[in-house]
Amino acid sequence: MSLPRRKFDTLIIGAGGGGLRAALQLSQAEARVAVVSKVFPTRSHTVAAQGGVNAALANVLPDNWHWHMFDTVKGSDYLGDQDAIEYMCRAAPRVVYELEHMGVPFSRLDNGKIYQRAFGGQSRNFGGDQAARTCAAADRTGHAILHTLYQQNIRARTHFFDEFFAIDLLRDPDGTVIGALVLEIATGEPLVIEAKTTLLATGGAGQLFRTNTNALINTGDGMAMALRADIPLQDMEFFQFHPTGIAGKGMLITEGVRGEGGYLLNGEGERFMERYAPKAKDLASRDVVSRAIYTEVREGRGCGPNKDHVLLKLDHLGVDVVAKRLPGIRETVKTFLYLDPAETPIPVYPTAHYTMGGIPTNRHGQVVVPEHNGPDEPVLGLYAAGECACVSVHGANRLGGNSLLDILVFGRAAANHIVGELKQNRYHRPMNEDSVDQAMTRLSRWDRRDGSETVDGLKRELQTVMEQHCGVFRNETILQEGVDKVVELEARMKDAYIKDHSKIFNTARIEALELENLMDIALATVCSALERRESRGAHSRVDYPERDDVRWMRHSLFHKDGRRMDYKPVRIKPITVEPFPPKKRVY
Amino acid sequence: MQTQTAATELNRLRWQCRRGMRELDLLLLQFLDSGYADLDANATHAFTRLLDCPDALLLEWLLGRQRPSDKDVADVVQRIRRSPAA
Repeated sequence: MSLPRRKFDTLIIGAGGGGLRAALQLSQAEARVAVVSKVFPTRSHTVAAQGGVNAALANVLPDNWHWHMFDTVKGSDYLGDQDAIEYMCRAAPRVVYELEHMGVPFSRLDNGKIYQRAFGGQSRNFGGDQAARTCAAADRTGHAILHTLYQQNIRARTHFFDEFFAIDLLRDPDGTVIGALVLEIATGEPLVIEAKTTLLATGGAGQLFRTNTNALINTGDGMAMALRADIPLQDMEFFQFHPTGIAGKGMLITEGVRGEGGYLLNGEGERFMERYAPKAKDLASRDVVSRAIYTEVREGRGCGPNKDHVLLKLDHLGVDVVAKRLPGIRETVKTFLYLDPAETPIPVYPTAHYTMGGIPTNRHGQVVVPEHNGPDEPVLGLYAAGECACVSVHGANRLGGNSLLDILVFGRAAANHIVGELKQNRYHRPMNEDSVDQAMTRLSRWDRRDGSETVDGLKRELQTVMEQHCGVFRNETILQEGVDKVVELEARMKDAYIKDHSKIFNTARIEALELENLMDIALATVCSALERRESRGAHSRVDYPERDDVRWMRHSLFHKDGRRMDYKPVRIKPITVEPFPPKKRVY
Repeated sequence: MQTQTAATELNRLRWQCRRGMRELDLLLLQFLDSGYADLDANATHAFTRLLDCPDALLLEWLLGRQRPSDKDVADVVQRIRRSPAA
């Protein structure tokens, strides 16, 4: 079958901060870059990042990258790769200044320097007093970064394919990635994009869970494409639940609220975080706070008629502070709950927020798999950056302010490596028609007009199963049932069909393709969670409550083929400094 | 043919309601399913113009922190805000 084709040096799938930062670097290096995005680029989920970006600028309090590195390693519960973490923390001030020069309107101190706020998990002197490391543009940092990067890309003449959905990666017989099959949503027409290098920057998979903070677009498309291309996913059991989502709705109330002095109360009016984290209290890292809230509710100290949430109190800060520092939060709560947080505490509960796991990469953004020469053999032609990737800087638990940093640092690093690759590989490899045909089957499968299962129905069931069987607290029985249920749902996908077979903006077909992606990732997540018999960071097992560094200080790898688990060591050796050996994580 | 065009337009709008923030997804899609059909031609055009605006601005408007200067868009925003919270 002959399909229309386009050729580029680099294909970037995903137009959030990671994809756009990489695209800009490449366009400025005069590479021919295509960015494919299923929604208009500035509607990517980066726009929702309220908190800010961490960098040890020391503008408010003393700071340095080594302390930032310590906090990130500790926050990761010692599952983060220390070479990648060192690289990220050292690069942080530079990427922030670059953004400032591009036009991101960071909030300022009176002396003109970039304002930095205190966030959970930040310390001075390797675990000492609270640091202030997060640079923010009011509470719209993600939006400011995304729009600035988009405008810079337009100026650098990056080529955008807006509202194109990526179906699958294309590989030649020796496994090199040579582009992707994509679908133009407006016309329903497939298109082959040939590229010497391809970067996946498709973001996370928050839609796995019923209560989540994520936009609907976060269906883990790139991760699922990698799985189908025989690339394993790493550390998928680690899903961050943000401690403070609006109870029953999912929307995120930023950690910045607690950074500005807000605190949590249980049904007895007690500041319970003092019991769980005597020093950091409400600013302890996210997994600690999530578990504390869950425990309070489980032990009957919740709030409300059903005692099913706790309260986040900020009315003591005064209307002026709330209005000035946290305007977005105030209006969100007013719109969805009809109450004013400057006067009344907000009902909150943990909500699925961030995918720590993802496509395994090294710190150059190259996708790596276990092969003949070791656990980290690069897949030729393929890169990944940001939430879809697992580099791994967040390990078992991501710190607030480190996700924007991750996408900027590793989007840029991947682009720099690609520039070198393009110099050595000047020609496109021949297209592999078998690979195109295979990707087309994924599309044509949805042409069938009968079946017994609906896409909506299966998605709802999947999200409920994941919430109940792969949430904040986990044990063997719950997880085993979770695996069985997801396997059953996956089998039922064969009987799923869609009613709409039109071509133009057929959103039903896109939603079906997204559900396939979610199904693949759900299985990776729940299988990895079942097998990891310890508690570490966001992965908390009631039947294995302790961290087990002897058996489990290693990364898990889930292969789609045979649902096989595989493991590889954590990279504990940094680039230039001494390793941080694992210690008990207390705040 | 008329209905097919309408269905296609509804599909197009459904995709334009896919935004970068959960808050916007919920408010816009909920309105598309429950309130959009009742809009007159003028308001329908205003809704389309609304969807062309950047996410941060939509959030300002839909959360009631600012008002659009375009009166028709402002009316649609009010209708979305008045429809039951998603």
